[in-house]
Amino acid sequence: MSEVNNVELQADPIEGSAWVFGDEMNTDNMAPGIYFKEPLEVLSQHCLEAVNPDFAKQVKPGDIVVGGLNFGVGSAREQAAMAFRHLGVSAILAESFSRIFYRNAINFGLPLLLLPQAKEIQQGDQLQVDPVSGLITNKTNDKIYKVEGIPEHLMQMIRVGGLMPWLKEKYSVSE
Amino acid sequence: MATLVEKIISRAAGRASVKPGEIVTCAVDLALLLDSGGPRRIWPRLKELGVGVWDPDKIVLMNDHFVPAVDAQSAAILKLTREFAAEFGIEKFFDMQGIGHVVLAEQGLLSPGMFACGGDSHSTNGGAFACYMAGFGAIEMTGVVVTGEIWSQVPETIRVNWDGELQRGIVAKDVSLRLCRELGMDNAFRAIEFGGSTVREMQMPERTVLTNMAAELGAETGLIEADAVTVAALEAAGQEVADNVLTWCSDADAEYLATHDFDAATLVPQVAAPHRPSNSGRADDYCDVYIDQAYIGACVGAKLTDLHMVAEVLKGRKVASGTRLLVAPASKQVMATAAADGTLATIVGAGASLLPTGCGACAALGAGILAEDEVCISSTNRNFQGRMGANSSQVYLGSPYTVAASAVAGRITDPREMLY
Repeated sequence: MSEVNNVELQADPIEGSAWVFGDEMNTDNMAPGIYFKEPLEVLSQHCLEAVNPDFAKQVKPGDIVVGGLNFGVGSAREQAAMAFRHLGVSAILAESFSRIFYRNAINFGLPLLLLPQAKEIQQGDQLQVDPVSGLITNKTNDKIYKVEGIPEHLMQMIRVGGLMPWLKEKYSVSE
Repeated sequence: MATLVEKIISRAAGRASVKPGEIVTCAVDLALLLDSGGPRRIWPRLKELGVGVWDPDKIVLMNDHFVPAVDAQSAAILKLTREFAAEFGIEKFFDMQGIGHVVLAEQGLLSPGMFACGGDSHSTNGGAFACYMAGFGAIEMTGVVVTGEIWSQVPETIRVNWDGELQRGIVAKDVSLRLCRELGMDNAFRAIEFGGSTVREMQMPERTVLTNMAAELGAETGLIEADAVTVAALEAAGQEVADNVLTWCSDADAEYLATHDFDAATLVPQVAAPHRPSNSGRADDYCDVYIDQAYIGACVGAKLTDLHMVAEVLKGRKVASGTRLLVAPASKQVMATAAADGTLATIVGAGASLLPTGCGACAALGAGILAEDEVCISSTNRNFQGRMGANSSQVYLGSPYTVAASAVAGRITDPREMLY
């Protein structure tokens, strides 16, 4: 069981509707400082509200977030990555990611893939993503993209649900 | 043929050499935990794992973000941080002593060649001491605190040289804001090494501005090679300096991903307009922007040297009516020194409001938060939408000189007009 939500990780490949955002979506947008002391249930309801007020209210478990350049730029706050997991987002595709956001997301078992053509994806497109092979299918227009898959050493952690489940295995803590 | 960051990672990974792109496991020499993403997020995980910390002597803990408590939630977070320090025997616990990145430097806890991890993006600040210091989320800091190790993908190094003499009134902050525009904010998995005669001439407080804002460049970290200035700062902080300290620099034939050369003499004061640090340009292009608030604060912009810049502008002047100037010194030591040398008297005498030491309004956590549509010029490092308060507030970034001059004029101002 993950600490961030009750949604079981999807088996790969992942399928869901696209929520499309632009360049430089920052962590202050994803986990606003003025709600920072609130629990994740409250904080995540404000995720990206300055950019798209409907997102946190309407995103469905399994949906896929698509961003532009430098997605997750900004602070080290892990709640930015956790908010997406809490909302049930199954994967994030972007032209590029900020380093800390990338590491945080992987550590919460959320697969991130670099998609140089991210701007071709439209809001609501039905996407299928295989994080290992890097095969991304836009089922709305049948376009197929082949990108770099997630390296095996990171997939090992993602498959068990992130760093905490991985550490639990290491320290033999039973669920 | 190795860059500084490659040398440090090689040592921490127990390897003879490493190449950019390689993934290695590094032993951590110092872990910086802050109240914001520290014990409150890590302790429940330690309990879940049924384990303690790997080495309490290598953990440095700060209460700096939610200080002083403004409500019961903040108070609870600070209390929990204190309990964590007691429970795990963390002696390097600095409770409301100042902003972590600044306190680390003041206390002489960083030394060249060190591999350090911090639970906050501006941990890159420490790279000015020729060490690897980068920011990580609390989940990864949990792993560090438990195992004393972290995986690292060896970054490419970008070398940034500034040569020549900065004009009066132009400082490291202007250099950083200009670099945000030139290099962009999308340098993930790269290290930025700052050098050139301008950087070598800078003292440590100004050098940390450059490495601090490597975070705004999106870099893994920023670093500056060890030299006589580094050694003098370590000695002043009471540290015993190792014989090999000056070897913590890049080899002459090191390979860089890119090298950028800039001329310091032609740089003019820079301001970054909302809502990103890379949206920077000449300060005098923004002189029609009237401000509600001017803010001096944060790890990057409220050190003693920064307060001296502010006082230099404010001496014999007053903050404009209709404008408020808020000053939150970066540490208690800064506060005490600035009180003793008359700096605070000048600042308060000019009409500024003195705020407690801490991260404060920079991240909308303490006093100085902005209302809807308010305009602020700030000596902080980040001006993302809503960062300092309401979503429609507008934050401009500038040097302490520029912020002080703008407070006096009531609108964004090139500080050279007020410096003789």
